[in-house]
Amino acid sequence: MTTIQTGRHIPDRLTSPFSRALKSWEALLLIVAVAIFVLNSLASPYFLDPWNLSDATFNFTEKAMIAFAMAILIIAGDIDLSVGAIIALASTMMGVAMTLGAPTPVLVLLGLGTGLACGAFNGLLVARLGLPAIVVTIGTMSLFRGISYIVLGDGAFTGYPASFAWFGQGYVFWVITVEMVIFALAALGFGILLHRTNFGRMAYAIGNNATAARFSGIRVGRVRFILFLLTGLMSGVAAICLTSRLGSTRPSIAFGFELEVVTIVVLGGVAILGGSGSITGVVLAALVMGLVTFGLGLLNVPGIVMSIVVGALLIAVIALPRLWAMLRRG
Amino acid sequence: MQAQTSPVLSLRGIVKTFPGVRALDGVQMDLYPGQVTALVGENGAGKSTIVKILTGIYQPDEGKIEVDGVETRFPTAQAAGQAGVTAIHQETVLFDELSVAENIFIGHAPRNRFGLIDRRAMRTRAREILRGIGADLNPGVKLRDLGIASKHLVAIARALSIDARVVIMDEPTAALSHKEIAELYELVEKLKAQGKAILFISHKFDEIFRIADRWTVFRDGQFVGEGLMAETNEADLVRMMVGRSVDQIYPKRPARIGKPALTVAGYCHPTEFDEISFTLHEGEILGFYGLVGAGRSEVMQSLFGITQPSKGACRMGGDVRVIRSTSQAVDAGIVYVPEDRGRQGTVKGLPIFQNVTLPSLDRTSRAGFLRMAEEFALAREYTRRLDLRAASLDQDVGLLSGGNQQKVVIAKWLATKPRVIILDEPTKGIDIGSKATVHDFMSELAAEGLAVIMVSSEIPEVLGMSDRVIVMREGRIAAEFEGDAMTPENLVRAAVGITGSENGAAA
Repeated sequence: MTTIQTGRHIPDRLTSPFSRALKSWEALLLIVAVAIFVLNSLASPYFLDPWNLSDATFNFTEKAMIAFAMAILIIAGDIDLSVGAIIALASTMMGVAMTLGAPTPVLVLLGLGTGLACGAFNGLLVARLGLPAIVVTIGTMSLFRGISYIVLGDGAFTGYPASFAWFGQGYVFWVITVEMVIFALAALGFGILLHRTNFGRMAYAIGNNATAARFSGIRVGRVRFILFLLTGLMSGVAAICLTSRLGSTRPSIAFGFELEVVTIVVLGGVAILGGSGSITGVVLAALVMGLVTFGLGLLNVPGIVMSIVVGALLIAVIALPRLWAMLRRG
Repeated sequence: MQAQTSPVLSLRGIVKTFPGVRALDGVQMDLYPGQVTALVGENGAGKSTIVKILTGIYQPDEGKIEVDGVETRFPTAQAAGQAGVTAIHQETVLFDELSVAENIFIGHAPRNRFGLIDRRAMRTRAREILRGIGADLNPGVKLRDLGIASKHLVAIARALSIDARVVIMDEPTAALSHKEIAELYELVEKLKAQGKAILFISHKFDEIFRIADRWTVFRDGQFVGEGLMAETNEADLVRMMVGRSVDQIYPKRPARIGKPALTVAGYCHPTEFDEISFTLHEGEILGFYGLVGAGRSEVMQSLFGITQPSKGACRMGGDVRVIRSTSQAVDAGIVYVPEDRGRQGTVKGLPIFQNVTLPSLDRTSRAGFLRMAEEFALAREYTRRLDLRAASLDQDVGLLSGGNQQKVVIAKWLATKPRVIILDEPTKGIDIGSKATVHDFMSELAAEGLAVIMVSSEIPEVLGMSDRVIVMREGRIAAEFEGDAMTPENLVRAAVGITGSENGAAA
């Protein structure tokens, strides 16, 4: 070792991004996804049919749209459990407007606006007042859906205009649905936001150590608020797609969505306590979830068993690296 | 005179090391029945460590503890309690939702024949103990309904309920008013009369001379001396507390002091500090000395926008303003290297280069989009200047040693090209090599015209690095020293609140 007093050279990286990617969580997810795909195509002759596959994407596209925003929110150390309820409220608002004769563009703006407003409400309570995100969003979960129940009671809004059906039932090209395109654009957008912008970097910093981030001159409250806003907005987008696909609004719409969204995020390798994760992981996790539920559906596995399988899959995939590390240590 | 009585408790050759620090290095101490022994020392002298060893929280690496001349060990807090050693801490753990009696007897409540807590007996005994210390409190009242002073009495009653022979009082008057302090003195006299040995830890010299019978001085984890209060004076104690040779060489360069960089006027805070006013110049290193809890960090954090002052403003260049957030502070050119590196300094989990560029992202990015190459270049430039030792810039900052983490924090701030840099205990707990780098670098920065504030509790560091020293005590500026007046004695006197300096000058 030579001792140069100042300026010893430190390399930028010791491992290349490529070799790092090979050993990553995302690589493992990709293998799981391919394995499930192969197993499914062996188990059922109907699996590889393009129209069936296209249909299957509805299992995850709406949830995954929210999951991208939720992933960054969770990476920054917060969580939003009210997303299902935001869908219900946004869908109800659109339903009310529809009965008053509003055209499709107004319905869309209303859906997005309701999502943003709900996100802003959550964000104010968490980032401004400093209340814990999990408590706030459990509260707003009841609040938002409660409003839907008051408006709708046992009833439902049906009779959305034909042009509105495009979002959830339309095709852009051959088997490619509108929702798939929105899913892909959202993946790209949130991927860039998280991995390629200052904003994404700040989200990582806040999730790893919010105090130190604040002590580094970052406007922590502002970043957290914007993340709630984005999650609300994507819930609004999902509300438009889901309402359009179902063609109706009931107050129980998207019930339990929040847990499935969080499941996708966690399966995607995002640390539930914040600080790490990637959008690639979330995309792959959404595919895995979609393939599993679709495959089991083709095999006529009942819904209850399906949720058991999904739960077991989640725990298994999360526990695997931990178990592997324990085994290696002996 | 009192040497015929033998000590209740003796410590001999106690050594306690923590990673990188020798907190206690062969110290000794004797506590005598019916006498108050004052333990005196600067911050970091090892006072808290010795209390934790006496109460079974820490185990000494070497040395022995003798109770009544018999060697013993305190493997747990319970063992220390059973041996009759009890402590009233700076903030004794009490339970707000429990009653006074329950607080006194928690863990050793009297039981009835079914093995259940005998509430009536508990209440009666609690009343007896409280009466014994002259406290007229209702044992059934909930603790949260009491004031601080009464809570203190409950803590003392709790200590006495286990039939203590040795009572440790760690800064017992820190939160008390004058009247309450007088009552505490009376109580100490009562305890003495009951033959209890008292270890009294305080920074306040008037208190020590008022109630202690004996003294023991620690310095840097070492035993310096002990004796009878009647045979010593303030000047001698101060000299023993600080009397090390300034053997380290500090790389302080002669400063070219420029125009005012930051003027603080009348900064006040409801609880932490009051009427803080000073001027910091370009090229100057301004030292802030004081005891732990004097409010130095709180002042600095409010200058950095972490907390907001209730009154006052600061001027930088032409503008008069109050900094209301850390991002405003960074924009204004004030940056802060915190004392609590792990929690406030580095973002563990992020790589080194991302830690460095965190406040400079606006410069390394284009239209909000990251440019990694720029980030690596910036991180390389500043970590090289600080002689960082790391495997790669992509390494998690949490894997670095304390000293190298500190270099990353300083590099992070220098990359923002600040005008004022505040360093809070910049070399606390870091290795000698990194210390020297940090000191070197501070001089270099000041020589380049940066205005530097250094908060430090280490007297040699303060004296070795500063052009001027402000001493804070109890949230206020107690004194300011420059040139020849910057002596260890003067700093300590101002920090502990001894007025007048003729004794110090004579020594």
